[in-house]
Amino acid sequence: MTEIIPILRIGETLLISLQGELDDATVLRIEEQLTREVARTCATGTLIDVSGLTIVDSFIARVLTRIAGMIRLLGSHAVIVGIQPAVAITLVELGVPMGHLNTALNAEQGMALLRRLRDDGDRSD
Amino acid sequence: MATDLTDAEAIVLGIADESDMIHVRQAIRQVAQRAGLGLVDQTKIITAGSELARNILVHATGSRGTVRVERVRERGRQGVRVTFLDKGPGIPDVERALADGYSTTRSLGLGLPGARRLSDEMTITSAAGTGTTVVIVKWTR
Repeated sequence: MTEIIPILRIGETLLISLQGELDDATVLRIEEQLTREVARTCATGTLIDVSGLTIVDSFIARVLTRIAGMIRLLGSHAVIVGIQPAVAITLVELGVPMGHLNTALNAEQGMALLRRLRDDGDRSD
Repeated sequence: MATDLTDAEAIVLGIADESDMIHVRQAIRQVAQRAGLGLVDQTKIITAGSELARNILVHATGSRGTVRVERVRERGRQGVRVTFLDKGPGIPDVERALADGYSTTRSLGLGLPGARRLSDEMTITSAAGTGTTVVIVKWTR
C-alpha cells in the first residue's frame, strides 16, 4: 500500500490514476505529491482518474475535493474523471458534498473540459 | 424463522490502525459477494463499513476495536452483517450522533448518518464509558 503513484505529464496537463484500495496515509501522500507537482511543473490542468477505485468513502472524497481546491488556489484546474456508477450512487447517498467539483465521464471528456476551463480563463484575463 | 447465523464463515478482524481499514473493506466485499449482493449494494455496505471502521480509529483511541463480518439468512434472502465493537468512550447521545453534520472532531460528520443511509438496518448500542456496538446489515434484493 505504500507504492509510489506515478504522475504523468502530457504537455501542460498532469494525469494521476488512482487504483485499488487506498488507505488514508496514501490518500494524504497523493494530496501533497500532486499539489507540489502542479506548482513545480506550472501545469495548467490536472486530470485525476478514479476509474480504478471501487470504494470512495467520505475521507477519500473529502481529500479529493481538498486537492481540487488547492489546485484551484494555485491558479490551475483539476478535473476528476471516471467515477464508477456504483461509487457515484454511494457518494450521493452518503451525503458527501461534491457537486462543485469539475468532473467528467472519462479521460477524453476530462481533457475537453480542461481545454474549456483554460479557454475561459484566458478570455477573462 | 429467525436470522440464521453462518458462523463458520464469519471473519473477525482487529481495528488498530489505518491499514486495517483496507482489510475491513476486503472482508466485507468477500462476504457480500458470497451472499450474492449486487455491485451497488456491495459498494454501499463496504463504504458504510469503511465509515464505521474509521469512527473506531478516530473515537475509540487507546482501546480500539474489532469487526465481525458474516453472511446471514432470513426468510429465504441472504445478506451481510457487520458488527463493530469498541471499548472506547461510548456515544453519550446516539440521536445527536446520527444527525448529519454533527461531529466532535473536524470531520464532515457523515460517518454514522451516512452509514445508516447506506445500510438496510443499523443498530447502535452505546453508553458513556462502556464502549459502542454498531451493527449494520445489507440484504440481497
